[in-house]
Parts: sequence; structure tokens; C-alpha cells
Amino acid sequence: MDFEYSDDQSLLKDSVDRFIQNNYGFEQRRKLVATDEGYSDKNWSQFAELGWLGMPFPEQYGGFGGTPVETMIVMEAFGTGLVAEPYLPTVVLGGGAILHGGSEEQKQAILPAVAEGKLKLALAFAERQSRYNLADVETSAKKDGGSYVLNGMKGVVFGAPSADKIIVVARTSGQSRDADGISLFLVDKDAQGLRVRGYPTADGLRAGEVYLDNVKVGADALVGEEGKGLPLLEKVIDHGIAAISAEAVGAMKALNDMTLEYLKTREQFGQPIGRFQVLQHRMVDMFIAHEEAKSMAMMAAMRVDEADETERKKAMSAAKVQIGKSARYVGQQGIQLHGGIGMTDEYAAGHYFKRLTMIDRSFGDTDFHLKRFADL
Amino acid sequence: MDLRFTPEEQAFRKEVREWVAANLPRDIKEKVDRGIELTCDDFSRWMRILSERGWIATNWPKEAGGPGLNIAQKYILEEEIFLGGAPRTVHFGTRMVGPVLLRYGTEEQKKKYLPKILTSEEIWCQGYSEPGAGSDLASLKTSAVRDGDHYVVNGTKIWTSYAHCADRMFALVRTSVEPKKQDGITVLLIDLKLPGLTVRPIITIDGRHHFNQEFFDNVRVPVEDRVGEEGQGWAIAKYLLGHERSNGSGVSMIKWRATKLREMASKERADGERLENEPAFRRKIAELESDLRALELTSLRVLASASADKPIGPEASVLKFRMACMQQAVTELMMEAGAYYAHPLDREALRGQSNAEQVGPDYQFRMAPEYFQMRGTSIAGGSNEIQKNIIAKRVLGL
Ligand SMILES: Cc1cc2nc3c(=O)[nH]c(=O)nc-3n(C[C@H](O)[C@H](O)[C@H](O)COP(=O)(O)OP(=O)(O)OC[C@H]3O[C@@H](n4cnc5c(N)ncnc54)[C@H](O)[C@@H]3O)c2cc1C
Repeated sequence: MDFEYSDDQSLLKDSVDRFIQNNYGFEQRRKLVATDEGYSDKNWSQFAELGWLGMPFPEQYGGFGGTPVETMIVMEAFGTGLVAEPYLPTVVLGGGAILHGGSEEQKQAILPAVAEGKLKLALAFAERQSRYNLADVETSAKKDGGSYVLNGMKGVVFGAPSADKIIVVARTSGQSRDADGISLFLVDKDAQGLRVRGYPTADGLRAGEVYLDNVKVGADALVGEEGKGLPLLEKVIDHGIAAISAEAVGAMKALNDMTLEYLKTREQFGQPIGRFQVLQHRMVDMFIAHEEAKSMAMMAAMRVDEADETERKKAMSAAKVQIGKSARYVGQQGIQLHGGIGMTDEYAAGHYFKRLTMIDRSFGDTDFHLKRFADL
Repeated sequence: MDLRFTPEEQAFRKEVREWVAANLPRDIKEKVDRGIELTCDDFSRWMRILSERGWIATNWPKEAGGPGLNIAQKYILEEEIFLGGAPRTVHFGTRMVGPVLLRYGTEEQKKKYLPKILTSEEIWCQGYSEPGAGSDLASLKTSAVRDGDHYVVNGTKIWTSYAHCADRMFALVRTSVEPKKQDGITVLLIDLKLPGLTVRPIITIDGRHHFNQEFFDNVRVPVEDRVGEEGQGWAIAKYLLGHERSNGSGVSMIKWRATKLREMASKERADGERLENEPAFRRKIAELESDLRALELTSLRVLASASADKPIGPEASVLKFRMACMQQAVTELMMEAGAYYAHPLDREALRGQSNAEQVGPDYQFRMAPEYFQMRGTSIAGGSNEIQKNIIAKRVLGL
């Protein structure tokens, strides 16, 4: 058993931490998320140069050959700065789908371009009625000679406005919620009949509704096997869970640090409010929440490549349950202990709270994962 | 002991319900329904409509222009107004200024201010908190120095709800520095249009404009706008506490939200079924609704025990605390109901400033923004921790 980073991993951590320190001050981030795009191309190029955009891809595809632990290191640091660039949708979700399910040609066409920062991706899996059920797919893909015709709507697609290509989850056969009959398609964003209605999200990121109206794609757009896409999708989303768990841990750490500092410096009744025992215990509970979340995020990173599917799912659900509980507690109390200033848009605490809240609403909330865990 | 309402009270309920249905402007109702931010004009329009009907100052005695309702009727009125889909009101005039002037004001002050509160021509805000004085309100520093017929006011107030909609502020200021800091505090009624006074908007985490900061740079306030004596401010603020906490509007608003939550849970789908039938969510709604009953009954019990000569005591903190918890619980469930659709948040649309194509359900803005905003209920008006300190000390004697 070993919980220590290797030398290379320590170097990676130092470099991402440094980037956040230099480029992701609260005011810098505020300006960034207020722009139309909501992120910076300059940052994106820097991610490419530093090798982060190819982190999980094998070297033959221009990648870094990193394990999920490297992704965890990057995402945790991103969480401390609330990084707004579409790393999760491009590298973890879109890149993950190609990496774990794509053909050799797709890997060669997509992964190096992603690693170089030339191509951004999104994974369109949710729908208006689906909640967190990955099999609840109504968007259809009908075979038409050598091609497929896609119709329907994908909802709340993270990173859709910035994506060049979108991986669309559609049903090639069967009924909504059947495990069989789900397929993934790699679609150009400017394909005819595809429209994205982009918008900001509650945590300042960008997502979009993706409307598909007779979008025609070739057979080579299929990612993985026709009709057998669900296990692939589940695997990719589990990687997403491991990644946002790490991001949440970073955000919790930042919010806890900020709150602790506030308890020591804010004075009321002639003393620092951190002298009040009720607030001390609260801060201790926030500290414990972060510690437990950190353990589970590490576990998630170490188990997400587990070959036994049931074991992997159980581990990811357990991690997500803990992350959900901890994120909620740390987020809510982080605001509470700051009093009025915690409620303002011009202060950082609220932005951490909002990202933590939305992480709980991504890839399944606590109730969803408790149930998945129990059913496995 | 009897929980039933009398036939007269039931008739009154019907009357209010029909009146609200007929008089609440449609556009305001729709905004409330969708969670879109109300403008100052929206608030003012609705308050004037209530004023015309004589239902604005429900807590004032009949002689002063109140409607003369008993506890049950007041409760019914508030409940029917909220369940009818009306917004809250900017109530500092009726809840604070009225009771204070009736008890401590001069005849001139009453004549000058009360009628315009009754007609909703003037909106008031509450200037208590400062950057350095929140829970420890008595440490406030905004100073008022006597200069002939005026006080010269310098300093800053913060977190002032609806100051951007208000004409006047009910303010606590320091007129002298005393060994006991509660002693040098005085109440001033301040016209927000006076020279030297600026109002800076502060946007809250939900993206709306709810509160503000005011800066006072040698603002000259006429001495006749001082309420009571110099140094009497703390006693007046304490007198008000009973009034502030003795209203049940929190419960009615939570009830309205609970009905909206049910509506959402019947529309949202989970595995092809209605979300309201999903076992875990179903239990959460049931728990919320039973908690709501406990709060409602406790609230009625406390209200019923109070009377003119026996105002509500520190027990009011029980209500304040539980109301904050319930506002937070119901909005959190609304957000949970939305799942992925809690994510989209177009701030311009939220503030009614965009006609962009609708994303997701039409109750979109009742999810994340309401949840974010309600985090403030356990901070505003005495935080949860302060309420518990009050109960521990003054009720339990710890
Ligand atoms: C939505 C909203 C609307 C508001 N509207 C108005 C308004 O219209 N007018 C107005 O004057 N003010 C208003 N306020 C301000 C509000 O009254 C203060 O925020 C509140 O009194 C807390 O003060 P503070 O923000 O300075 O926090 P602080 O007092 O600094 O508190 C920070 C934290 O320390 C805790 N704490 C402080 N003292 C103790 C103690 N002795 N024991 C245990 N814990 C303690 C608090 O509970 C809190 O968690 C509003 C606030 C909000 C959030």
C-alpha cells in the first residue's frame, strides 16, 4: 500500500499548483467567467504546452501516458482555483470516450489533436427526462444505408459551446431505458441539422442544449460497437466521477482554508469569532468532511481502471456519495461562517459553494449513488 | 383546545383568496412563479394594491390604520396572499417604522411618515449592519454628530435589503462613545436622497440584486428626524425585536414553496416515472411536509400566547431558527428535483432582462438561484448561531 506521489507526480502537482497561483486569482477568474466564452484560449494553449491536455492518453497518441492519479492531481489543483476551461468535457469525457471505445483511426484522428490543444470535445449523454440514468436515452439514430440519421435533444451538455466535436449518445434500437441499443457517435459541431443553445451554468461554467434535426453521419462516426454503448458510457462517466471528486476535494480545501482564516481574523464581540466553541466544532466538522472526501477521491483514482465492472461501479458510487455529503456540508457552512459577506458575488467563498453544489448535481447525486451502490 | 377555524374565519379565507386572484397583477404573479427577479416598481405596485385594500399594515392597531384583524385572521391573510402567488413586500415601513413611531415618535413624525407607509408611497429600508458590526450590532460606528439643527452622519451601512428600492432608511447610529457601547446608539430616519449619501449595489450569489452598501459623507439629517432620545436606540431596537419576529409570513412562504415543489416533482421524470413516486424523493417530500406542520403549529402556538401587554419573548428565536432551516430545506429539494436542469443559469434571463429561448422547464429559476439565496436566511436578522445563543441564555438559563 502506498499513498505517496511518485517524483514525477510531485513535479506535476507543483506545476499545476503554480499555474493556479499565477493565473487563477479570484479576480482573474471572475473576469474570465464573465466573458462570452467563459474561459481563456491562452490558458488552454498553456495546458497543451504543459502536457495536461494529453495527460491520460498513451504516448503514441501524443499523450503523457498518465494514470487516473495524474488526472486527480490536475483536477484537484483545478478545484482550488475553480478552473473554467473545458478540461473535464474535452479530456476526461470526450477524450475518455475515444480512448476507451474509439477505433484506431478515431484515436489517431482525435487524441493528438486534443493533446495539442487544437480540438475541443463534449459528451452529450443527458436528456430532459433522463435525470442521472445513463440508459434513459430517447435521442434516436436510424441506419440509412451506410450512414446514421440522428434526431432528438441532448440536455445540459458540459462544454458544448466550446466543443468542435460532440460525442452524442443515441439509441439505435430498443426502448428508452433499455441497456441494449445505445450507441455513441462522433459528430462535428457544424454538422448540418445540429444546433447548440449555449448558456452559463449556476457555477459560472458553460453548457448547452444540443438539438439534432436529421443529422447525418457516416458509419465511421460510430464510437465503439453499435448498440453496445452503455458499458462504455458508464466507464467514461465513472472516470468523470473520479475527476470531479478530485476537483471537489480541491474546492473544499480552498474553501476550508479561507473559512479558517476568516475565523481567525474576523472579530465580533471583541474577539476573533474562531474563539466561539460552536464555530470551532463546525470548522472541525468541515475539516473532517474534507479529509474523508480526499480519501475517497484517492480511492476513486486508484480504482477507476479496475477491470471488475461491479467493483469499479461500487467504488465510484461510494466515492460520489462521500463527495456529495462533504461538498454539501463544507459549501453550506463555508457560507454560514462568513456571514453576510459569504452571500456576495464579489467574495470567493460563494463561488466555491456553487461549484461544490453543482458537482453534487453531476453524474448522479447522493441519492442516485446510494441506490446504485445498494443495487450492485 | 381546538385547531379548527370558525365559519367567520373560513369566510374570511375565501374572501382573501378571491381578492388575491382578482387583484394580483398577472405579470408579477408570473415572475414570482418563475423565480424571475422583481423590479422595485413591481414591489411598489403590489404594495400599493395591498394598501388600497387596507391590508398592508396588518400589525398596526386599528386606530393607526391597521385592519384590526385577530391572530387567526392575520395568519389566514398572510397565507392566502402567499399561496395566491404574491411576492413578499418590502415591509420595513410597516414592520419597523410604524411600531416604533407609534410608541416613541412625536406627533409631527407620525403625521409626516405614517400615512405614506400606509399608502405605500414611501418604501423604507433597515440600516443596522455595518462591515464591522453584524452579530455584534452594538459595536456599530456610523457616527452622527450634532451641528445646530442637524446631525452630521459619517460612515457606512451594509447588507441593506432593498435600499435600492427605498426612499428612506431606519438607521441606528452612534451619537456618543460610552463605556457600555449599547448606550451611545440613536435612531435616525434618513432620507436616502440627501446629499453625500450613495448607495452601492451588491449582487448576491444567486445573481440578483438584493442588498446594498450605503456610504455617508457628511450627510446632514435634521434633528427632528431623530426618534426618541439620544442614546435610546438600543432600547428601541430591542422593543422592535418582538415585533419583527412575531409574523408568520415565513411559514406561508414555505408552504407556497412546498406546493411548488410538489408541482415540480409531478412534472420531473425519474426512470420514466414521476419523480414524486421515486421512493427516496417521496420520503423527502413527506419529511418536509411533516416538518412544516411542526413549524406551523409551533408558530401558531407562540403567536397565540402573545398579547399586547405580553409580547413574544425569546421563544421567537425558535421560530426564526426553524423557519430558516425550512426555507433552506424546501429550496434544496427544488434544486434536487431539477437534477441536471439545476445547472443552466442565464443571469440576464433571471433578472428579466433577456428574451432568449427558454432552457429547460419554466420553473428553471426556482432551482439553483432560490437555493443559493436562501442560504442567507440563516444569516440575516440574527444568524442561527445567535438565535441559539439567545435560547441557551435567555430561555434555558445556561
Ligand atoms: C440576505 C440578507 C439580508 C440582510 N438584510 C439586512 C438589512 O436589510 N439591514 C441590515 O441592517 N442588515 C441586513 N443583513 C445583515 C445581517 O443582519 C448580518 O449579516 C448578520 O447580523 C450577521 O452579521 P455579519 O454578516 O457581520 O456576520 P458575523 O457577525 O461576522 O458572523 C460570522 C459568523 O460568526 C457567527 N457568530 C458571530 N457571533 C457569534 C457568537 N457569539 N457565537 C457563535 N457564533 C457567532 C455568525 O453566526 C456567523 O456564522 C442582511 C443579511 C443577509 C444575509
